[in-house]
Amino acid sequence: MKDTATTARTAAPQVRIKGLYKIFGPRSKQMMAHVDAGMGKAELLEKHQHVLGLQDIDVDMHAGQITVVMGLSGSGKSTLIRHLNLLIEPTAGVVEVDGVDVTSLNESALREMRRKKMSMVFQKFALLPHRTVLDNAAMPLEVQGIDAATREAEGRKWLERVGLGGYEGRYPHQLSGGMQQRVGIARALTSNSDIMLMDEAFSALDPLIRTDMQDLLLELQKELHKTIVFITHDLDEALKLADHLVILNDGAVVQQGEPQHILLNPADPYIEDFVSDINRARVLRVRSVMHDEPKGRPVAGDVDANATLESLIAMSGGETNLAYRVMQDGQIVGEIDMADLVRALVPRVSEGTARTT
Amino acid sequence: MGVGRMATYDGLFEATGLQGWCGETTDGPLTMAELMARARGEDAADVATPLMNTPFPSLDVLHESCATIPRSRDMTEAVEQGFLAIKDPLKVVLDPITQPLSWALDASLELFQAVPWFIMIPLLVILTWFSTKRIGVTVFVAAAFLFMSFINFYDDAMQTLSIIFVCTLISIALGVPIGIAMSRSNALQRGTIPILDMLQTLPTFVYLVPLIYLFSVTESKLYGIAIILYAIVPVVRLTDLGIRLVDKEVIEAADAFGMTARQKLWKVEVPLALPNIMAGVNQTIMMSLAMVVIASLVSAPGLGVKVLAGIRNLELGVGLVAGFCIVLLAVLLDRSTKAALARVDVSGTAR
Repeated sequence: MKDTATTARTAAPQVRIKGLYKIFGPRSKQMMAHVDAGMGKAELLEKHQHVLGLQDIDVDMHAGQITVVMGLSGSGKSTLIRHLNLLIEPTAGVVEVDGVDVTSLNESALREMRRKKMSMVFQKFALLPHRTVLDNAAMPLEVQGIDAATREAEGRKWLERVGLGGYEGRYPHQLSGGMQQRVGIARALTSNSDIMLMDEAFSALDPLIRTDMQDLLLELQKELHKTIVFITHDLDEALKLADHLVILNDGAVVQQGEPQHILLNPADPYIEDFVSDINRARVLRVRSVMHDEPKGRPVAGDVDANATLESLIAMSGGETNLAYRVMQDGQIVGEIDMADLVRALVPRVSEGTARTT
Repeated sequence: MGVGRMATYDGLFEATGLQGWCGETTDGPLTMAELMARARGEDAADVATPLMNTPFPSLDVLHESCATIPRSRDMTEAVEQGFLAIKDPLKVVLDPITQPLSWALDASLELFQAVPWFIMIPLLVILTWFSTKRIGVTVFVAAAFLFMSFINFYDDAMQTLSIIFVCTLISIALGVPIGIAMSRSNALQRGTIPILDMLQTLPTFVYLVPLIYLFSVTESKLYGIAIILYAIVPVVRLTDLGIRLVDKEVIEAADAFGMTARQKLWKVEVPLALPNIMAGVNQTIMMSLAMVVIASLVSAPGLGVKVLAGIRNLELGVGLVAGFCIVLLAVLLDRSTKAALARVDVSGTAR
């Protein structure tokens, strides 16, 4: 999946966000003038009591990829995802889905787009408590006016697919959190839309269940190739899922790109802080730290380009003076020195290090 | 200023030069205070009033000094005349609107009494069973009705039940839409809440007064309106509250999957607010029962009439037994609606 990322990026993005601003407050449109003139978030709040929620967001989301938007609470990530299906209206800027500006749609066209093009998974599941699991899963088709037999067959199929076969007749409150979110995912899949918006979908689950759900999502994605927009505040989750990672802080994009690249080349101290805590050996992959050109030294063996550094350490048995040949699809693509590997494990500190970005 | 009498505030009108405006006192009918004073053989304000006894400058007192200022008796008279003046145009509008209420109340009374007891009692018991699915409540309802029939209060109980039935249905039919509208608009909510507060806090006798003037005591809509005005409040309030309390994320989900406003209302908002709405209905039933007793003052039939007889004719036994039957009716209505409510709530709680 990580390698399809690079090829897909050449095509036109399925979702394009351009120059998006959101100001909260009664006179948000007038406030845009101040923001255009360069007024910052703090000043706007103090002088005009308006909150600058999002500023100048430019993000392209490509078909078949998982775009993860990461940020701490209050960074505007939930606001951003709600602009895609216009649950929140932007103050300025453009949100294009398949080349159509959603802000220009009238009410019925917007409803049609929400029904056919996008589905959403919520942090607290947002299931209908008075309906059975099957009715919940079939809800998107019911909204579209599709007959009961068809929508129930669809609902059953997707419930089966997320591992909830046999639970159709239960009510949401009879299920655990993880199972409820599986219903939420089945509901999103039943709508058969290309784009799936996931708003902190796994944040309310406990860690083990969360890992299960992430695996489930990756497994589904391998097969379905949806365009997924995933919101999270958890960097480990972001790195595990992301093809394209967008880091938000205070309503602005601080850095975006391929997760491995961000990890190795953090653009500013905020991101350095962020990435300093994670287990780099588990996240970084051999291809990100290898040399492209073999130096012709004797090598101890072959390693796959997409293997994690952790697995390579295990393979070397802790020896630091070995080198390995890096293979991808049966071809030699480079060479990795254990010394490079060890160096990559140390988070880069901003002082005294030249930036490669 | 009549026969040399001095009133307390004469000085005030002299000082402000308003005597011309006041004119001469025309001796109208005496006020009660004047009469009392005359009876005691003194002339009200002949003796200079000591400072400590200075009367409040009320309409009556000021009238003594200045004839142009009306007495409070004239004021109440004017209010009455005003009310009588708008009464007729008001009746032209209100009469046709409220006439169906009379028909409904009368028809329901007739129906409840036309059905023989050996059909009515089992019917009510079966209804209780299907709405509550609780053996205890059902047995209690059966026992209560059998007891009331046994002591010859069956007819009165049925009349009371019939009135509650009609008034509750109408309260729900009007109250739920009003509550939904209130939940949609903050402005409407702000405007409606004071009215609801007023309806709930006004002593019930107070709004019987204008109603008696507006409608004839022989019309059943008179007590129907009084009961509905009093009982509609909780169902309106709790519908509004229930819909406002629906989980915001579920509403977002409904929007995100493209529900229309109508789909959202019927598939999400009303079902999720139903436990609250039902709690409102329960309160509405209880309040119409309370009001139907008081409404017996304005010729509402039923158990209240017996209580009233107890008071008027000093028939202590009748009054007490009728009172006990009202309590019984209240308890059985409350228990059965609460049990029905608990059944509605099952899938909604513990999320």
